[in-house]
Amino acid sequence: MLLPTRIVAAALLAAAVPTARAELKPGDPFPALEASGLAGGRAPHLAGRVVLVDFWASWCGPCRASFPAYAKLQGDYAARGLLIVAVSVDQDPAAFAAFRQRYQPPFVTVLDRAQHLVCEVDVPAMPTCYLLGRDHRVRFVHRGFHGAETERELRREIDLLLAEAPPPS
Amino acid sequence: MNLLPLRLGLILGLLGGLAACGGCTSARLARVHPWQRAALADYTMRPDRDPVAVALSDHIYQSRETASGGRGVGGSGCGCN
Repeated sequence: MLLPTRIVAAALLAAAVPTARAELKPGDPFPALEASGLAGGRAPHLAGRVVLVDFWASWCGPCRASFPAYAKLQGDYAARGLLIVAVSVDQDPAAFAAFRQRYQPPFVTVLDRAQHLVCEVDVPAMPTCYLLGRDHRVRFVHRGFHGAETERELRREIDLLLAEAPPPS
Repeated sequence: MNLLPLRLGLILGLLGGLAACGGCTSARLARVHPWQRAALADYTMRPDRDPVAVALSDHIYQSRETASGGRGVGGSGCGCN
C-alpha cells in the first residue's frame, strides 16, 4: 500500500513542477532574425559575421544607458566586421520611433512588436545582449548593462570573436 | 490495526496540498516576463509621482507617528547623527 502511495505522490509532484523554458546559453544557435517578423527596418543578414544582438525597450532605463556604449562599439568595430542589431520589444511603435528619433543610434534598430523573437529567446532581464560568433551561435550573454564594466567585457569578447577564423562553408 | 483509512486520508491530504500549491508553481500563473514590464515601468506606477500627495501623506504620517522625517531620514531621531 505504501509503494502506490509513493508512486502517486511522485507523479503528482512531477506534474505540479512547471517545465522550465530554456534560456539561450553559449553554444546554442540564435533564431533567424529574418523569420521573426521584425519591423522598423530590414533584418540584416547575419551569416558569417560577428553580431551583437541587444534586446531593449524605450521604457527601460539601463537600455537607454547602454546605447552610447554600443554606439562607441559600432564606431570602433564596424569596419572590422561587427554588426550590432538592437531589437526593441516595445509594443507601442510610436514609443520605438520616438526613442530612435531622439537617440539616433548609429546601428541597426528593429522592432519586435509582437514579441515573438524575445519570447523565443526568453531573455532573462532587460536589457540582455547576445554576442554571436560567425557560426551564428551564441558565444557570450550579458544580462543587464553595468556601464564601463560591461563595455570592457564586450570589447574583450568582440576582439576574441573577430580574431576567430570564419567557419568552413 | 487497520491503517487503510489513515493512508487514504494521507493521500487525500497530499492531493489537496498539491492542488493548492500547484497553482503557486504553475507557469500559467501571471508571470510577468522582463519584456512585458512596460506598464510596470510607466511613470504612473511610481508611488511618488504626485509631490503634493506625497507631502500630504508625509504630513499625516509625521503627525500620527510623531516621526518627522521618519520616511526618508536616517537615524532614530536621537540627534546623534
